[in-house]
Amino acid sequence: MSAIAATEPFLERAPQLLRDAATGFLPEPWRWLVNSLIAIGVILAVFGTLFAFLTLAERKILGRVQNRPGPNRTPLPFIKIKFFGLAQPFADGVKSLTKEDIVPRDADQVLHFLAPVVLLAFSIITFAVIPFGRHLVPVELDAGVLYFFAAGAATELAVFMAGWASHNKYSLLAAMRALAQLISYELPLLLAWVPVVLVAGSLSTTEIVTAQAGWKFGFLPHWYVFTPWGFAGFVIFIVAALAESNRSPFDLPEAESELIAGHLTEYSGFKYALFFMAEYFGMIALSGMAITLFLGGWRAPLPFLEWIPSYAWFGAKLIVLLLGFIWIRATFPRLRMDQLTRFAWKFLVPLALINLGNAAFWSLTSHWTGALQLIRWAVSLVLIVGPFVLMGRKLSAGVAPRVYRYAPS
Amino acid sequence: MSVSDLSSLGSPGGSHVRAVHDEFHGDLLEVSMGPHHPSTHGVFRMIVTLDGETIVKLKPVFGYLHRNHEKLGENTSYLGSMPYTDRLDYLSSMTNNWAYALAVEKLAGQPVPERAEYVRVILAELTRLLNHTCLAGFLMQDCGCSGTPLMYAFREREKILDLFESLSGSRMMCNYQRFGGCRVDPSADWLDGAKKLTDGYGAFLDEFETLLTGNEIIMARTQGVGRLSPALAISAGVTGPMLRATGVNYDLRKVDGYGVYPRFDFRVPLGDHGDVYDRYMIRVLEMRESIKILSQALAGIPAGPIMDPKAKLRGFRPKAGEAYGRIEGPKGEIGFFLISDGSPNPYRYRIRPPSFINLTILEDMCLGQTVADAVIILGSVDIVLGEVDR
Repeated sequence: MSAIAATEPFLERAPQLLRDAATGFLPEPWRWLVNSLIAIGVILAVFGTLFAFLTLAERKILGRVQNRPGPNRTPLPFIKIKFFGLAQPFADGVKSLTKEDIVPRDADQVLHFLAPVVLLAFSIITFAVIPFGRHLVPVELDAGVLYFFAAGAATELAVFMAGWASHNKYSLLAAMRALAQLISYELPLLLAWVPVVLVAGSLSTTEIVTAQAGWKFGFLPHWYVFTPWGFAGFVIFIVAALAESNRSPFDLPEAESELIAGHLTEYSGFKYALFFMAEYFGMIALSGMAITLFLGGWRAPLPFLEWIPSYAWFGAKLIVLLLGFIWIRATFPRLRMDQLTRFAWKFLVPLALINLGNAAFWSLTSHWTGALQLIRWAVSLVLIVGPFVLMGRKLSAGVAPRVYRYAPS
Repeated sequence: MSVSDLSSLGSPGGSHVRAVHDEFHGDLLEVSMGPHHPSTHGVFRMIVTLDGETIVKLKPVFGYLHRNHEKLGENTSYLGSMPYTDRLDYLSSMTNNWAYALAVEKLAGQPVPERAEYVRVILAELTRLLNHTCLAGFLMQDCGCSGTPLMYAFREREKILDLFESLSGSRMMCNYQRFGGCRVDPSADWLDGAKKLTDGYGAFLDEFETLLTGNEIIMARTQGVGRLSPALAISAGVTGPMLRATGVNYDLRKVDGYGVYPRFDFRVPLGDHGDVYDRYMIRVLEMRESIKILSQALAGIPAGPIMDPKAKLRGFRPKAGEAYGRIEGPKGEIGFFLISDGSPNPYRYRIRPPSFINLTILEDMCLGQTVADAVIILGSVDIVLGEVDR
């Protein structure tokens, strides 16, 4: 935790001041432990609540997209007022807690129990390195980005565990799909952020946010998403993140129209809720990472908005990304397994590799000024748009709208 | 390719399935999809043998919804079967009614007034819109859309069902056609409502197509999947949009010209590939033609009686003989074969169900495809289990 300058706005310092007031009287070794516990508690509380209302938001938004109201009948307890279905997450929680937990007779009892726990654990520990605000970094790791993706990759192992332990053919198929998807999309996900590390020169999430400080022309922030390679990397990252968090259109492991619910088929009650929670935590964590890497972390988008506290900006960006995820889910159909892997290996991975070269060019030419600056932008754009168009054309070869004929009458 | 050209009745399906019993691939996995599977459109079961995710064998199992429909038809009066035909294909009860009424009218030599013929055409085309809209929605749901196209389709379906309800008193089980006409005369208000719906339907189709038809994922998922050759389609007796998607020009509205269809100007869209995408697109294009028929019929509907005054409903005893009445239902040729021995009940009551016959070639279309494909192939066949199992 960096030292807090007293010149900063009060709201910016408020969380720290509150914490120091609570733990300041403790002796030094104990203070560290209690501070960590407070951080864990705050993360669980804040993101647990966010998860609850995200499920509600998803159902409401899906409902509005689909010409229906979404959940709106759940009254608040005791006062019996229906308020936009705001009590729905709590009703869902009570329901999943009170439902019978069914374990199939032939299931591997230990793994069947362990899978949701492991999945949730790995989803949550990724939050440790995300800088939620100027002073809100739970753990300052020098290799924070590496830690994040190592922990994130372990979640798919839990999905495989669930599929294997269920002793169900659909679950097994889903487990195989999940592994194939993990291996396919882990690579573009990693390759998408390597350029950021290359340009920022650090694997620490705090350093990466620091590197995106400052303004161009006085208003355009120095976020990596506003560079050609950064934008391409951001898009690749989001696409791979959709696949990593099993979201539509890459929700093949739990394809409900083919595999019923995939690895979730044999889970009920609270274990099912844990899977659900882990999926959303994964989504939130990956969005948070995308913000840190490409969208300037907790930084304000315009100079005159800097008085708003940094954690509010992080929250706002997070919600925008999550709503984007929901929007995508409401719009797109699902890919097939072979198309999914082909898209990863023949399109995303080469594009991400080219993008890495592009970023290298960008960091080599950082001293160019004036007209050279324009050349730098043009070359960088060509380097990414060219391969995108060429490979995209090859990927969608043979797939085109058709013209139909009519019978001669 | 026409119906008479049956030269190439070769290997069915044409899909090549590789040999799988080698050391690397090991055992096959047999999965029972259904009868409680969410994507089998009812209580249908497929026993699928998989190599990885590739289907090497598919055995359809049906009959879970068998209700002894045909035997019941032989034990009840001619009119008594009319409401029961609603329950065959419960999405298109109006066309089922018409096909049955047509068979009985042929048997008894019963004429139908012109106004009733127009009303029948209007209702049949509304049914086609309803059925194809639902199918497109369900098919997209099978493709993995999270309900959006389905809900859009159901919004339009509700409008048509409201029309049916205000005319016949029931949304789905209409029981509307009678031998020699229709049960109720549609009011001018109702016809106005139908006209309004017809005028607005093109806009809905545009919206639906904007969302889906050009979608890259939809095209990648459906083009080249579940190919059906014209020769196999003809030899298996496939009819309806499925047959026309293979490029065979066979539409009973043109071939038989039953009712007043020859008076209307409409075209028959044909596919070239016979895959899932073609089946989807043929239905969308057919809906656009249906809208044309509807606006012509609604503009030209004459005044007059809705029932033939000489028609007899109770104590109806056609003279001995046999008749086959068929129409172009939304799913294909729906036909009723009746043998009368002069008694109040038919001696033989037999249905030609398009869903059932179109379903028989499911394995040929699915071999060599993946599980995910099997679901959308089944969706594109357009089955209603009430009609398959009868």
